[in-house]
Amino acid sequence: MKRIKVLIAKPGLDGHDKGAKVVALALRDAGMEVLYTGLHQSVEQIVRTAVQESVDVIGLSIMSGAHLPICRRLMDRLRQEGVQDEIRVVVGGVIPKRDIPRLKELGVDGVFPGGTPFPEIVRSIQALFDTQT
Amino acid sequence: MGVARYIKGEKDVIEEVIYPSGIRVKPFYGPKDLEEVGFDYEKDLGDPGEYPFTRSLHPLGYRSRAWTTRQYTGFGTPEETNRRFRWMISHGQTGLNVAFDLPTQMGLDSDDPRAEGEVGRVGMAVDSLRDFEVAFRDIPLDRIGTGLTINAIATVMLAMYQAVAEKFGYARDRISATPQNDILKEMIGRGAWIFPVDSAVRLVGDCIEYSVRELPRSNPVSICGYHIRESGATPAQEIAYAFEIAKTYIGNLMDRGLKPDQFVGRFSFNLNVFGNLWEQIAKFRAARKLWARILRDHYGVQQKKNLFLRGLFGGGGSGLTKAQPENNIIRGAYYALAAALSGAQTTALCSFDEAYTIPTPRAALLSLRTLEILMEEVGLRDTVDPLAGSYFIETLTKQMEEKILEEMEEVQKQGGMLQAVSSGAIQRKLAKQAYEFEKGLQRGEIVKVGVNKYISEDEEEPEVELHEYNEQWAEKQVRELKALRRSRDNRQVTRLLRQLERDAREGRNVMPTLVECCRAYATVGEMTGVFREVFGEWQEPSIL
Repeated sequence: MKRIKVLIAKPGLDGHDKGAKVVALALRDAGMEVLYTGLHQSVEQIVRTAVQESVDVIGLSIMSGAHLPICRRLMDRLRQEGVQDEIRVVVGGVIPKRDIPRLKELGVDGVFPGGTPFPEIVRSIQALFDTQT
Repeated sequence: MGVARYIKGEKDVIEEVIYPSGIRVKPFYGPKDLEEVGFDYEKDLGDPGEYPFTRSLHPLGYRSRAWTTRQYTGFGTPEETNRRFRWMISHGQTGLNVAFDLPTQMGLDSDDPRAEGEVGRVGMAVDSLRDFEVAFRDIPLDRIGTGLTINAIATVMLAMYQAVAEKFGYARDRISATPQNDILKEMIGRGAWIFPVDSAVRLVGDCIEYSVRELPRSNPVSICGYHIRESGATPAQEIAYAFEIAKTYIGNLMDRGLKPDQFVGRFSFNLNVFGNLWEQIAKFRAARKLWARILRDHYGVQQKKNLFLRGLFGGGGSGLTKAQPENNIIRGAYYALAAALSGAQTTALCSFDEAYTIPTPRAALLSLRTLEILMEEVGLRDTVDPLAGSYFIETLTKQMEEKILEEMEEVQKQGGMLQAVSSGAIQRKLAKQAYEFEKGLQRGEIVKVGVNKYISEDEEEPEVELHEYNEQWAEKQVRELKALRRSRDNRQVTRLLRQLERDAREGRNVMPTLVECCRAYATVGEMTGVFREVFGEWQEPSIL
């Protein structure tokens, strides 16, 4: 299996990025190639980085409650760039359960609310690529 | 290191106990242990209110005055915030603590495209003096002290607080504001930074210098070990990094020709209370002592009151869990006990629902009541520093002192805090520790009740309740901001913003012009925009 390349991204103004950093380290330990955008990224900046770096997955970390509007804009942007089929999107952070179906409807492939065990996140991301081949 | 470890043998026998700060705890302690660590009453403790203040800053501790409670509050609009302030004050709260929304923390106006969806979400939206006029209406600003949770643009908010107080008839020498104003911890842990390290620290210095000269009752910086701890630091690192940050700010002020005795009395600290009870108590006692010693021996501070490590010991957010949330009420009570046994001067307690929502009024009141019960009912005011002389606590306090010093030395080896933050060395270290902690938690090596032990199968985790985002509030905020821009004297605003730019560029203290800008209803985004242009923005180092 090819090495999965993940961009961990912090969209918006929220600066609580312990979760983003910790998941980045966990994915790296699991053998993935991991980039981290750093804080205060716009959706446009995230997509630009993802395209430039040819990542397979964007992992958004959102704690502010703005996950629905942010994901909507991100998916739109991916479509505009024509990469919606190449780049998979997963989301972690403070996400109410009732929003998970709504995120999936927007095209998000995985949702990992705070406290999701690392092995589960790793398996879910790997599974996205197992089924493809 | 960084993770508490209990190594167990057969039948649940605890064979080893190692605290996150790296201290190994023995099954029991006696006089020999005190001898071994060189404990000396006069040197290590002293009577309460006497150097080195290990026991208490004041001779009578809580007998002369209970702690000040300062729950964190701030909601969407200035109107809502004002209602909540008045409600908290009517319920006995003695200080305010203001939460700002993210656009305000990042110096953006409510109609900035980057603010979309965030206006009023995690705190109060502030665009101009007009918002402060609403938020602080009918608040006795000469009696109530106000903490402003703002860092990158602490200068702007302090100026605005002075402007609103003066407008309401309170002279600036009678108001007491505590802007958080600790940008280095934002770079380490909380992320609300804007400007590059050097310019950011210069603004911290401007805020402190101005307060020293013009605002005699204000405490212009609150150094937050708190968030550093939340980011993965051990208790020893929490204190060590806070002290190294404080030393950086002291250096900046000294470069301006001020003597430490003129300003260190205004420094306060914001420190965390979750975790092992004994380690927290030893941490606070050691911290009071070390701070006094550093100031006296390194900086030649002479006035007794200037040697005090003052501040808020409280919060405990990272100790709380979303699972079985009522357990957080109990955890909060123990964290508050740790603060009380440590002689906390000011305190606040995270609400039990904070792990999944912005505190409801009921939960916030419960936190306040928890603090009040300690002071009023169960005897925490009876005598000062009741644990003093305990073989265990005194040994641990001495060991904690050593650990803090080791961690400070580590930072010094990296060239000091400015360098350690610029290079990302501290951030990388804490991210790694946070990762190790999380792994320990997931494997069950670190026990969290209700999370990885004593889980009730039939129990549903509470749904995360996000504070309802009120689109209408945001629209109203934007509408009023636009109306303000039309109605104010725009020529005067432009003139003052140009003056601000010159002050920023030429290294003059930006505060006097900021106060004038606020009075003229310049917006937060406009004032910060000037700084963005002059200083640029920080490029954070990679943590991977």
